[in-house]
Amino acid sequence: MSAKANLAAFAGGVMFAAGLIVSGMTKPSKVVGFLDVFGRWDPSLGLVMVGAIGVHFVAYRLVRRRSAPIFGKTFHIPSRTDIDTRLWTGAAIFGVGWGLAGYCPGPALVASGAGISSALIFVAAMTIGMMIERHVIGASASGIARRSIADRGRRNP
Amino acid sequence: MHDFTPTAALIGGGLIGAAASLVLLTHGKVAGVSGLYGGLLRRDTTDLAFRIWFLSGMVLTGFVGSAIFPSAFASSWNANMPALVVAGLLVGVGTQIGTGCTSGHGVCGVSRLSLRSLVATLTFVLAGMFTVFVVRHVLGGSQ
Repeated sequence: MSAKANLAAFAGGVMFAAGLIVSGMTKPSKVVGFLDVFGRWDPSLGLVMVGAIGVHFVAYRLVRRRSAPIFGKTFHIPSRTDIDTRLWTGAAIFGVGWGLAGYCPGPALVASGAGISSALIFVAAMTIGMMIERHVIGASASGIARRSIADRGRRNP
Repeated sequence: MHDFTPTAALIGGGLIGAAASLVLLTHGKVAGVSGLYGGLLRRDTTDLAFRIWFLSGMVLTGFVGSAIFPSAFASSWNANMPALVVAGLLVGVGTQIGTGCTSGHGVCGVSRLSLRSLVATLTFVLAGMFTVFVVRHVLGGSQ
């Protein structure tokens, strides 16, 4: 990969993290404040999603008019449309963890870079969780067939 | 509602959307953090350089950002150690089974109007709200 392509990837990560910092999403209290609809509700996270989706909704359509990305031959966009059990059970498991800690993967990585100890613990546990899924749950008996299907859609979630 | 920060939320959100758009324009990929990070743990990952550069940009920005704006990381609420470990494990397992998190499904997938991502996003938001309800208002723990 060219130096320019690497720089673009790096710049994407910097912008993404800057957005999380500016919007306050690197504070678990802001995230839990949004999820606490029966308490002192803080709708900020909802507006973060509105801002992010608003920009990307338009940009996605403009970019997809191109035949290829700048540094690649094809677009790698998930094409699956099936709503399987794994999708919503996985999302539900993720949601419980998100509510418990107030961290999802992006803000946790940014806060771990900031040296926040709770984020470092969370990221370490998250890494182990990903390995457990891959080697224990994913590799279980009938898992081989399921995995080949899952992997097709898992390319770039 | 006095914690509400609408302007910062919209500006920060716009930056996140712009970052995802930059990744799409330059690399044709989805800026989904759990997928990109999870791919580092696999042997058959082909776009390792892209993933490492993107994720390094995020972590380094956290490092620099904490030096400039330390208050951006000062949370008025923090989970205790056992909760953090359980939460991290659940997020690791759940995002890999459900093929995405807040960025991949919530931002990128919903922007594409992907039905899978809409279902996943609704599910993890409701699961998160239910969890916070149980922890705060039923068990009455942490704060």
